Amino acid sequence: MIRNSAFDMAGKLASGEITSVQLTQAHLDQITAVDKDVHAFLHVDTQGALAQAAAVDAKRKSGEKLAPLAGVPLALKDVMTQKGIPTTCGSKILEGWRPPYDSTVVAHLKKNDIVILGKTNMDEFAMGSSTENSAYGPTHNPWDLTRIPGGSGGGSAASLAAFEAPLAIGTDTGGSIRQPAAVTGTVGVKPTYGGVSRYGLVAFSSSLDQAGPCARTVLDAALLHEAIAGHDPKDSTSINAPVPAVVAAAKAGNVKGMRIGVVKELNGDGYQKGVRTRFEESLELLAAAGAEIVEVSAPNFEYALAAYYLIAPSECSSNLARFDAMRYGLRVGDTDGASAESVMNLTREVGFGREVKRRIILGTYALSSGYYDAYYGSAQKVRTLITQDFNKAFEKADVLVSPTCPTTAFKIGEKANDPLAMYLNDIATIPVNMAGIGGMSLPSGLAEEDGLPVGFQIMSPVMKDDRMYSVGAALEAALLSKWGAPLLSNIPALAGSK
Amino acid sequence: MTSLSRDDVAKLAGLARIEMSDAELVALSNEFTVILDAVARVQEVAGEDVPATSHPLPLRNVFRPDEVIASLSPTDALSGAPAQEEQRFRVPQILGEE
Amino acid sequence: MSLTYDDVIAKYEPVLGLEVHVELNTKSKMFCGCSTIFGAEPNTQTCPVCLALPGALPTVNEKAIESTIKIGLALNCSIAPFSRFARKNYFYPDMPKNFQISQYDEPICVNGFVDVEIETDEGPKVFRIEVERVHMEEDTGKSLHVGGATGRIHGAEYSLLDYNRAGIPLVEIVTKIVPGTGKYAPEVARAYVAELRDILRSLGVSDVKMEQGSLRCDANVSLRLIGAETLGTRSETKNVNSLRSVERAIRGEMIRHAELLNKGERVVQETRHFQEDTGLTRSGRSKEQAEDYRYFPEPDLVPVAPDAAWIEELRAALPERPSIHRKRLQEQWSVPDKEMAAMINADVLDVVEATVALGADPAKARSWWLGEISRIANEKDMAIKDLAIAATDVAEIVALVNAGELTDKLARQVVEGVIAGEGKPAAVIAARGIKVVNDDLALMAAIESACAAQPETAQKVRDGHLPAAGALIGAIMKETKGQADAARVRELLLGHLGQATN
Repeated sequence: MIRNSAFDMAGKLASGEITSVQLTQAHLDQITAVDKDVHAFLHVDTQGALAQAAAVDAKRKSGEKLAPLAGVPLALKDVMTQKGIPTTCGSKILEGWRPPYDSTVVAHLKKNDIVILGKTNMDEFAMGSSTENSAYGPTHNPWDLTRIPGGSGGGSAASLAAFEAPLAIGTDTGGSIRQPAAVTGTVGVKPTYGGVSRYGLVAFSSSLDQAGPCARTVLDAALLHEAIAGHDPKDSTSINAPVPAVVAAAKAGNVKGMRIGVVKELNGDGYQKGVRTRFEESLELLAAAGAEIVEVSAPNFEYALAAYYLIAPSECSSNLARFDAMRYGLRVGDTDGASAESVMNLTREVGFGREVKRRIILGTYALSSGYYDAYYGSAQKVRTLITQDFNKAFEKADVLVSPTCPTTAFKIGEKANDPLAMYLNDIATIPVNMAGIGGMSLPSGLAEEDGLPVGFQIMSPVMKDDRMYSVGAALEAALLSKWGAPLLSNIPALAGSK
Repeated sequence: MTSLSRDDVAKLAGLARIEMSDAELVALSNEFTVILDAVARVQEVAGEDVPATSHPLPLRNVFRPDEVIASLSPTDALSGAPAQEEQRFRVPQILGEE
Repeated sequence: MSLTYDDVIAKYEPVLGLEVHVELNTKSKMFCGCSTIFGAEPNTQTCPVCLALPGALPTVNEKAIESTIKIGLALNCSIAPFSRFARKNYFYPDMPKNFQISQYDEPICVNGFVDVEIETDEGPKVFRIEVERVHMEEDTGKSLHVGGATGRIHGAEYSLLDYNRAGIPLVEIVTKIVPGTGKYAPEVARAYVAELRDILRSLGVSDVKMEQGSLRCDANVSLRLIGAETLGTRSETKNVNSLRSVERAIRGEMIRHAELLNKGERVVQETRHFQEDTGLTRSGRSKEQAEDYRYFPEPDLVPVAPDAAWIEELRAALPERPSIHRKRLQEQWSVPDKEMAAMINADVLDVVEATVALGADPAKARSWWLGEISRIANEKDMAIKDLAIAATDVAEIVALVNAGELTDKLARQVVEGVIAGEGKPAAVIAARGIKVVNDDLALMAAIESACAAQPETAQKVRDGHLPAAGALIGAIMKETKGQADAARVRELLLGHLGQATN
């Protein structure tokens, strides 16, 4: 039952074949069985989830009309507030904090009767590409427990690959939905910036952060996308326009006549051989499905990584200032005679991990007087250039594509002491955030050399998110008929797994 | 080559309110030499004529009407407080301006 | 050696710079829907946004933007076609986000001016104060320092924070440097703040209560030798909380600077705090170096780009400038300067105007508000505005006096009753049984009995010694319990004693 797609689960719930309580319990059982090895969850809300499931079952029994995903369980990245449920963002500084309010995404989930199983592990404050920066220990990739599940949303992606949940919420600042999807063989979508409300998403980098759906199929992602998207007056940067018809696009999966642009700069040197092979193969399948493959160039993408590592730390240095031990969270050093200032200093020393401190300091520097123009200011200009590159490319192509990341999942600990090498993981995903456009990663197979999943990235213009679902669904269908079974059916069994 | 000395990092850590050991300051200062070289590349293309983008969307004038919305209950407002007294957040002595 | 103010101005020229913070009177906060009502229980007007809970996002109050544009227009500013919010980053426990949402290099209003007129040795003179910018920001929370001897920050063991005020919209009005005021600098500064207060009040955008902190002034002062080009080092005196203090603080700083300069010492660029009791300023904690606020555009908010039609609509609806309005009233009412000033000082101009608008004679309206009502307010130690008497009540009372239904003395009783909460004038009159005795027969009886009781006095009047009538009138009034019209009593009495009545 837990290996079905969310769409199939919803069908079985609707037909009365299973109840939401049964489905939820099955996932809770799987979590109990495998999460000691995977560590996808930081908090499992057993009682809350079962209560919510029972309520959905009761509504269904009473004949109430329910939302498409009603009763289907979901894993929530621990960066989203849910009233009364611990929210740590993977940081010690928020240990034990229970928000007194729901994020807009959670409000949408509850309105859609989607059952929230618990909170998933992540790199601290979403800063990282491996989930190794969680203060609560790393998450392990279900494909190979010695490897990283990507990051920052490694917990959400791993929970899908380990069949602990059929749906998950992620957030993507520079690739935190797409890169974990790529290395775990799952689907992850970063909607257009402003497509999904950021209210209640604990900010890392406000102008880049975007919440989105994680799933095992393109259609499941689309269903979840429609459930959480839409204008929110509580988020001034939210787009006041109808949600693109992503479910219809995913159902049709039609790429006939679509122009698919291969970004020259996001391929080639530095990309693992198996990654490139799978990418080429996917292009052939899309061509066979009726798409026209064209090459586009985005010369300024090579500056995207540098600009990102100025903009995101700058914004985070300010966003994370509120963690000061005064109103909530950890407080360290509050001894007799201590000053508020020293308590702030000590709490932030103990409460933040190394990567977070590194970025706060870098951002503080980039914004400081005398350096602003050279760093933050220049990075904002690069952002303009990248957007211009995208605009030109989208004149030639309806969507753009690339491998999601240069390599498959690396070993836990392998890059822990080399921040720059770690940052390079995001080289293909970052441009999307800089321009605020949509991006999707879906599995394109396993790399021959290591047998690990490879991700295929599709990028669509602002508020044309339906296009990436069309292409994603078409490619998924072509790959499935080639493979005969979903990629995840190849995943090694986990001890205790059902 | 751009670099930050141990003292530079100490000053930044002070601005960012993070206590740091000497070892940490030195380590960060070394890392920054590498990281700053990498990020300084943005200056290569950021010409005078390129406008800055601080926001991915060209939105303007997003306002809300001046209407009162229910506040949190004081219990909820103070629910996360490390210390409280008389329905207020209790914090260590504040050194600074009056 | 202590310098006199005259010594200072004989040698130095003061240069001013004034920053005025105004709390807007919107119903909800700048960036969230929490109420702004003054004096609520601690932390009852807070939410995830103004407490800076993780994940919360600001949204801009449209009324606050409108009010700021109105202020800009009233101060003759240009309204920027594009402006942005910026984050001002610094840590302080009363500021939940540890940054303040403010405006930096793209404020909403720029380049305005305010003309103020003051009395000089050469007669009234107008000084133009140039306004550099008007921008929006948010207020901080309030801290209560516990454990110190004085309840002040120094020596306190800990502090208690109330965030009800955090996020209340503030507008900051910053002048360009103001040279050329010479010895009148303190008075010009005071007149400027007073003029701003009046303008803001006429716009209806703020309560402008300096004592409650809804209008606060920071005064920058520097001195240079008369004739010198370069500016001296300035000090910034914070949170000066009354008009009088503005004047005192600047005068005090001028003397302090001059004493330092005369001794060959230098003025330290620093923040100082004004002390009401001594009229002196005290040094704030000196900062090692200028704070680096790391301003950058607020990424959670989008730019403000007011369209021209909206601005013109607001411009067209601006009220008459208070100073012009006052001049017009003064002419219409033919009020002497001194009395006009008295009304302004007593803050009764608006209510006198309202009373006149309801039909009362300007002189009568003025004398009620400035006289009896002011006296009662003083007695009760209350503001006239807070007394339970309105323009309608006074207008009604004036009308009753004109109609002869009340004497001045009775009218005072009615005023007193209204203020005591006994109801509208008619209700007070009914309840207290106040009635003018107009029955000539009844009066004549009282007159006759008074003359009988004081035959010698009556005879003096008969003999033409009119001042003696006063004693008889007093007795008659007493007899009629003050309800008689004294003028009528006099008329009848004199007639009765064979004298001409006028």
